[in-house]
Amino acid sequence: MGKRIAVVATLFCIAVGLVIFTAMDYLRSNPPTLNFAAGHKPGQTVDLTLQTVGSIGFGTHPTWVSYLTQAPDGKWEHTTLWDVPAHTMIHVTIFQYDSGSPLRNQFLGHVLGTVGGTMTLNGKTISLVNSNNGNGVAHTFTIPTLGIDVPLWGNSSTANLCGVAPCATKYPHNVITFSFMSPGVGQYPWQCFLPCGLGFLYGNGGPMQSIGYMDGFLKVV
Amino acid sequence: MTNALTSPPPTPGAVRAPGVPDGHHHFRWMMGIWLVLMAAGEPIIYFVVGPHVPPGTMTSEARGAQFDFYVLLMIALPVILGVWIYLGYAIWTWRASRGGPEPVVGPYSWGHLGAQVGWILSTTAMVLGLFVFGTYELAAAAGAGGGQGPNPLFTPAAHKILPVQVIAQQWLFTYRYPTFGGFETDQLVIPANTEIAFHVTSLDVIHDFWAYQLGVKADANPDYDNIAYTHTTDQLGNFTVRCDELCGIWHGAMYNTGEVMSGPDFTKWAASNEKVLAAATKLLPPFAWTYTPDANGADGGYYPDSRDPYSNVEVYGAQTVKL
Repeated sequence: MGKRIAVVATLFCIAVGLVIFTAMDYLRSNPPTLNFAAGHKPGQTVDLTLQTVGSIGFGTHPTWVSYLTQAPDGKWEHTTLWDVPAHTMIHVTIFQYDSGSPLRNQFLGHVLGTVGGTMTLNGKTISLVNSNNGNGVAHTFTIPTLGIDVPLWGNSSTANLCGVAPCATKYPHNVITFSFMSPGVGQYPWQCFLPCGLGFLYGNGGPMQSIGYMDGFLKVV
Repeated sequence: MTNALTSPPPTPGAVRAPGVPDGHHHFRWMMGIWLVLMAAGEPIIYFVVGPHVPPGTMTSEARGAQFDFYVLLMIALPVILGVWIYLGYAIWTWRASRGGPEPVVGPYSWGHLGAQVGWILSTTAMVLGLFVFGTYELAAAAGAGGGQGPNPLFTPAAHKILPVQVIAQQWLFTYRYPTFGGFETDQLVIPANTEIAFHVTSLDVIHDFWAYQLGVKADANPDYDNIAYTHTTDQLGNFTVRCDELCGIWHGAMYNTGEVMSGPDFTKWAASNEKVLAAATKLLPPFAWTYTPDANGADGGYYPDSRDPYSNVEVYGAQTVKL
């Protein structure tokens, strides 16, 4: 009798353990973190190259807008998680392939927290974007806790836009560059501030609340 | 309340435990311990703990909240001590190893009318007293730092009030200063010794503006101007602003730091921002107490009240800007 109870108890514990493991594995599932800190020497800068696309074109949510990151080996990865070294100049280049619209809050048309408070848009230095004019803003690259905000100018919605990532430069795009100094060690959430989750309440669901799409972490190591 | 305070009349068959004197003796002991601890505890709360009770003294509302907290502490202390002393005394004195009485039968389980009535009356008086006290504190401090909606019931007597608009969105607070050209910034700066009216609104979901050290807390609802008053004291320094309403993935990162400056420094800061941000302010929608997000869902755009050029679906009542 005692042996039978022990067997049942053991099986029960294993079953509970499996359920907990599966749940935790699901909750902890994240896109890969690209390491830009490996082999970094003091005084060196880090280059971070990204692209934004109107629809990722693959995976579980092919219609969602997304960021992609170019890994140090040059391959495009569907991730928004990066390890970068502390107190280092980060040079960011973003290839922006999506169409634009007005920002919900035009305040985020400011370029904030970058070196010189500016960015370049297709080679032109800019510190403020009027999202209510022209193609508007497609997305923003914003790290609120660091006071960094960069609006990404949109492409014309009537252009032949890229629909499957990673996009090649033959498609209409804007090139945005800027630099910022990484802070001390810590994890800093970043996000897009243009509600680009089409089909979700006020555009703020779906990709806007999903790491790997329009949210991520700058992990300073 | 049972026999611990006073002994009931002996009944046939009832046995007093060895070494247990009459109930009045116990009552005097417990009262004595209670009085000694009260005499030590109340001054400690008032003079030692009180000044460190949050949220501090950066505004009259924060100071009021601090006062309310230690009034509550001072009123709660006698009750807490009474219960703990009774419990501890009972466990120690009437424990079974000392031959204590059987706890569920016999005369020791009888109630005591005087003690019961006294308990009910004293706690009722305490609760009703706190109700009156709390209501007075809410009215006297113009809402005690809480959001009162667009038509506040409790308004400050001050004639000169600085309006500051708090705009929440997923996941950032920004601030507009209507009396300085309506510029918008992500820095919350306010002057010392000034009555402030925070007009709290949202561009998307429900957030909550909680300026902890200011003693100000108001929900940020879309299309709703939630007004909270506070009066800064002469204490300068930084304070923390947090969102206190679960609002999505980066709710936990929706915070920033504000600053209370001296009056002249604030004027200099605001005038400088008004000038530096003039070009950016022209791109903002005209100042309004609420803004209507674009009803199309995705895509951006926020517009004063019902003037959403893209929406023929949602209509909201326009408000007049009163400065």
